[in-house]
Amino acid sequence: MIHDLTGPLAVESFNKIGTEKVWDPSKIVIPFDHQVPADSLDSTNNHIFMRKFAKEENIEHFYDVNEGICHQVLPEKGHVLPGTLIVGADSHTCTYGAFGAFATGIGSTDMAMVLSTGQLWFKVPETIQFNINGDLKENTSAKDVILHIIGTVGADGATYKSCEFIGDTISSMSISDRMVLSNMAIEMGGKTGLMEPDEKTYEYLKDRVSGENKNRLKAFIEKSNLKTDLDSSGLEIIDVDVTKLEPQVACPNNVDNVKPASELSDVEINQVFLGSCTNGRIEDLRDAAKILKGNKIANGLRMLVIPASKETYLKALDEGLIKIFVEAGALVSQPCCGPCLGGHTGLIGPEEVSLSTSNRNFKGRQGSPDGEVYLSSAKVAAESAIEGKISIPE
Amino acid sequence: MKGKVFKFGNDIDTDIILPGRYLIYTDEEELSKHCMEGLVSDFKSQAKPGDFIVGGTNFGCGSSREHAPIAIKGCGISAVIAESFARIFYRNATNVGVPLLEAPGISEIIEDGEEIEVDMKKGLIISESGKEIEFKKLPPFMLEILESGGLISYLRKQNE
Repeated sequence: MIHDLTGPLAVESFNKIGTEKVWDPSKIVIPFDHQVPADSLDSTNNHIFMRKFAKEENIEHFYDVNEGICHQVLPEKGHVLPGTLIVGADSHTCTYGAFGAFATGIGSTDMAMVLSTGQLWFKVPETIQFNINGDLKENTSAKDVILHIIGTVGADGATYKSCEFIGDTISSMSISDRMVLSNMAIEMGGKTGLMEPDEKTYEYLKDRVSGENKNRLKAFIEKSNLKTDLDSSGLEIIDVDVTKLEPQVACPNNVDNVKPASELSDVEINQVFLGSCTNGRIEDLRDAAKILKGNKIANGLRMLVIPASKETYLKALDEGLIKIFVEAGALVSQPCCGPCLGGHTGLIGPEEVSLSTSNRNFKGRQGSPDGEVYLSSAKVAAESAIEGKISIPE
Repeated sequence: MKGKVFKFGNDIDTDIILPGRYLIYTDEEELSKHCMEGLVSDFKSQAKPGDFIVGGTNFGCGSSREHAPIAIKGCGISAVIAESFARIFYRNATNVGVPLLEAPGISEIIEDGEEIEVDMKKGLIISESGKEIEFKKLPPFMLEILESGGLISYLRKQNE
């Protein structure tokens, strides 16, 4: 997978290698999501360059500016299968681990090698297993679980490791919630964020995959036994009990700077961003709409709602969620990465504070290096939008 | 290799090394103008070819953007030395020809602005005051990739 922002560098490197054609056009997916629609002449040039590449190389799975965020589009369009190896020129490629795919982010030169040969070298990672059990409280969600974990192990606590999430909390989670955990494995340095595929995985993917992959999916779910290798060297097991977990927030400027939301009730916010490959799915929009319905966002606060994909957007329209957001005073934008990467829409200025459902709060991540980014669940984001300060829903 | 040290802290992420708004560029010269802009506004004009970046733990964490090591390369930095590196950045830097040297304890010994000497063959860093710090020596094939200026140039040489 390459997108509009890391794609050009990968294609330039591919051209330098000088292979005549890509290794297999049917196995390459190109979604445009980071700068859509193009916001500058430089991005139009990148888009034109990538469209030309897709056409010349007969890339079947090319998704232009109207489909949504790569990590949402790939599973939705059936390009993610359990038991497969997926590389993407984007660090959050680990998201597909939620479906039992070994998926990892790589750079542009490595991607050029993949485009050219379909091969890459890998070091087999050690495993860090998170055994997560217990029922989550009503005002918490998968985001609180992963923020709590990252806060515990640290930003490099899983460097080069395969993060594997098991336990009854995971089994009872929706696919959307599972994707939140796998998505953020990279924020503790993880190489991937694996989960065991099950009936829910099958139900989500069965009408999305096509051809031979339908049989492969069925066979894998029925016959495979994807479990942590308990005899592997360097295995680390961390037990997590979520029964008493309270809403969590990652404070500036590191994802592992995690505090209970209750300790941050004096943090005033200028902008709330609900979206991203972490928390921009229909389940997140529902969580937020439930809280925002009949309410208005705080005076002077800006709220940006960006559905993760066209499919999410259409569902939100059908369910009346978009109306709830607009009536509450939020701005609803077309599916894209939005302010998450600090290069497109909805940036924050100096001294401004953003509360965001995305995955990174590094210095300058959403615009000015003198702005601050806090990370939370959709529930905390919605409640905080109404209050104008970091707040926990009842 | 000899040069001046630009010292940074722990968890220097790729957004600091190259902020997201510059990812629209692919040109080394253009990217290098914005190197370390998350923390320093005019890093390129301060750094001279041959200088070093010294970091703490988890250097290069975050995004997979190869634009980050390319920007560092464009500033003429001869190596990044840190306590530890993030995984994707490590591969990317090697692939574009920027040596990354893992030297536990480095951030406590070397100061910002210090002139240091790095001996790649011996795996040794020598501080201005003569203190020696070992780093994990790079295997021969990695040295060859770095000497070629990156993975693609290396492969092209191999194929010649």
